Amino acid sequence: MFFSEKMLDHFEHPRNVGSMDEADLSVGTATITATQCGDVTKLQLRISDDGRIVDTRFKTFGCGAAIASGSLATEWLKGKTVEEALAITNAHIAQELELPPAKVHCSVMTEEAVRDAVNDWKKKNGKL
Amino acid sequence: MDVKTPIYMDHNATTPLDSRVLDAMMPYLTEAFGNAASHSHSFGWKAEAAVETAREQIGKIIAAEAKDMVITSGATEANNLAIKGVAEMYAEKGRHIITSAIEHHAVLDPCKYLAQHGYTITFLKPDKFGVVSAEQVAAALTDGTILISIMAANNEIGTLAPVAQIGALAKSKGVLFHSDATQAVGKVHLDVEAMGIDLLSMSAHKLYGPKGVGALYVRRRNPRVKLACQMHGGGHERGMRSGTLNVPGIVGFGKACQIAAEEMTADAARIAALRDRLEKGIMSAVDFVTLNGHPTQRLPNTLNLSFAYVEGEALMLKMRDVAVSTGSACTSASLEPSHVLAGIGVGDDLAHSSLRFSLGKSTTEGEVDYVIAKVVTAVQQLREMSPLYEIATKK
Repeated sequence: MFFSEKMLDHFEHPRNVGSMDEADLSVGTATITATQCGDVTKLQLRISDDGRIVDTRFKTFGCGAAIASGSLATEWLKGKTVEEALAITNAHIAQELELPPAKVHCSVMTEEAVRDAVNDWKKKNGKL
Repeated sequence: MDVKTPIYMDHNATTPLDSRVLDAMMPYLTEAFGNAASHSHSFGWKAEAAVETAREQIGKIIAAEAKDMVITSGATEANNLAIKGVAEMYAEKGRHIITSAIEHHAVLDPCKYLAQHGYTITFLKPDKFGVVSAEQVAAALTDGTILISIMAANNEIGTLAPVAQIGALAKSKGVLFHSDATQAVGKVHLDVEAMGIDLLSMSAHKLYGPKGVGALYVRRRNPRVKLACQMHGGGHERGMRSGTLNVPGIVGFGKACQIAAEEMTADAARIAALRDRLEKGIMSAVDFVTLNGHPTQRLPNTLNLSFAYVEGEALMLKMRDVAVSTGSACTSASLEPSHVLAGIGVGDDLAHSSLRFSLGKSTTEGEVDYVIAKVVTAVQQLREMSPLYEIATKK
């Protein structure tokens, strides 16, 4: 399977790997299991009171495309407002990483993770 | 440690052509180009003679005679001919076939096809090591059973079947016994007489021969097995498989079998020692690793391991200069994990985390040590970023 330089770079040097304290009120956490193939991604966003993402962390159990998707998302999300973050779709990620057609589904859970992490933060802070 | 990369440890997928095999084939790709069915001139005679010599060599490796061997395009065709050929020919006797859940798709799919055409198929579930016992087969027999098809060695986990016991049972019950021996031929000793095998599929490219050629052993006495042909045409191969013979391929297949017959015992011992070195090296350096397959009743070259909390395709991508394979759902078009691992009770998560290493004649100690180091580093790196590993090791 052909993978782009960018995808391989994110896979070999994943950005923002790690965990933040889930109990922290400013941290939104999402853990998504891909129903199709069983991959798991955990995404965490630290969001300021005015709704801007100031820090990101992720961990992925999954194939190279899934790992690269998570890594790219953490890079993109930093500095974005919650609304801007929710506008990111898996199509954007797949396009940027030039994922082969068979691997496009691997970016879907990243999109879901962003939504769930934002919702988790909103819930914790009474914004939902 | 000086090794040449990339390293090939996927010999169960295919093997490189032995240079001696290529040498044997060359004349039949060039000046000796005759059609083995041209009985009227020397070009044809020469090709026919070469095919008959090869047929003898091919038969010999399973203790069969040249006349027992029907040449095919490979093991997939041999399996199709055996299963559909028996089903069609013996339909009046019965319409029940016994096989296992962990056969190659080239056996499973013809069986599933027959299931849609009025046949009943029993897919036996093996034990956790991948073994289907003769007792299980005996319990599944009915008055309508016409065929038992159990592979001699599994391609993914390497587990060896108790072929001789199943063969003895089949003989005592008067049921035909087919074994897909694609992975076993050239790696372990096979004897169609001693093992009571009536039909046996084999493929050249798994034992350092060319791709595109294989054979089906068809027993000619005690009992004489009859098959409905699946390829109609010029009546080649005793009418069981029409089509102009692939002379250079067959010559190469014969040479590969001759070499394997002579060198297999020594090669198997050497390769098994390297495989064990790989297994021990990985197991002693990485935790949460499990062996898939039988610990001892296994092909000498095969090692299938699950690395919990790490996905197999990512692992392969981390060690791109090592060619292995995985049972992970991520690599399959259907996004289903390996049916073999599922069949022996390995959960989706560990199937997802599996790697198959299959060593070969060219494998060296240096390569094994290189691969051990690669695997250890790759697993560590991927576990550091695995949410499942984090959860598992938290407390």
